[in-house]
Amino acid sequence: MALNRDFVGRTYKSTTSYEVSRVKIKEFAAAIGDNNPIYRDRQAAQAAGHPDVVAPPTFPIVFSLQSGGEALADPELGLNYAMVVHGEQRFEYVRPIYPGDELVTSSTITEIRSAGRNELMTIRSDVTTVAGEPVCTTYNTIVERGGAG
Amino acid sequence: MAATVKYDEVEVGQELPATDYQVRRLNLVMYAGASGDFNQIHWNERFAKTVGLPDVIAHGMFTMAQGGRFLTDWVGDPAAVIDYGVRFSSMVIVPDDDQGATITVSGVVEEKLEDKKVVVGLTAKSGDARVLSKARAVVQLS
Repeated sequence: MALNRDFVGRTYKSTTSYEVSRVKIKEFAAAIGDNNPIYRDRQAAQAAGHPDVVAPPTFPIVFSLQSGGEALADPELGLNYAMVVHGEQRFEYVRPIYPGDELVTSSTITEIRSAGRNELMTIRSDVTTVAGEPVCTTYNTIVERGGAG
Repeated sequence: MAATVKYDEVEVGQELPATDYQVRRLNLVMYAGASGDFNQIHWNERFAKTVGLPDVIAHGMFTMAQGGRFLTDWVGDPAAVIDYGVRFSSMVIVPDDDQGATITVSGVVEEKLEDKKVVVGLTAKSGDARVLSKARAVVQLS
């Protein structure tokens, strides 16, 4: 089923903040198989010039889609989630993510289009601290296989 | 923050040697838990086959993270990767055995930008399949 184009331009803001923790960064680093001490040892991170351990580049995937998930679950969008695969992803940083950061996300559906038999939808998520300091922007394109069929 | 790679010592066209990353079912279970992506196609072979997949496949984000490891290991500082984007062009099929699958990542310095930044293009393959395309990062060197 074609996705509802009326959703383009809609913005979804997270209702609660995501608090970054050392434990979660360490867990994520372990899950991607990365033993870099800068992800788990505060002293090693400080020796490298950071105030604390640093989140890996792809870490924002943990929380950045929470608010956009609301759109995906809206029956009016017409998305068959069983047919969804990840199309593209990008992380653009203003500054690194550290433990203690309290982050909120504003996700906007920037594009919905057909490509062959698939439907593509792109969501831009602007991640800031609760105080409004920009941290990063993520771009997520999902593909609904056969959606345009 | 300090990249260990110096801008002045890097040239356009410079190749970053290929590195192999193993991915076994256990890695996907761990990644599901850490990322919160519990889609069954990443751990349930029976379900994967009912939606037309050949077997369990890796999370695209797991593959992207291996490209991220490649970049951060090269540059020496995770915070030096200031922009990183990929297109997922093929699946990484992960069989239920002790070997799992291999993701091979290599890179090339494509462009030198202002302020000691460079563009690195990545190639990621699993078997004969190119699993990432348009994989590019802007990296802050020192």
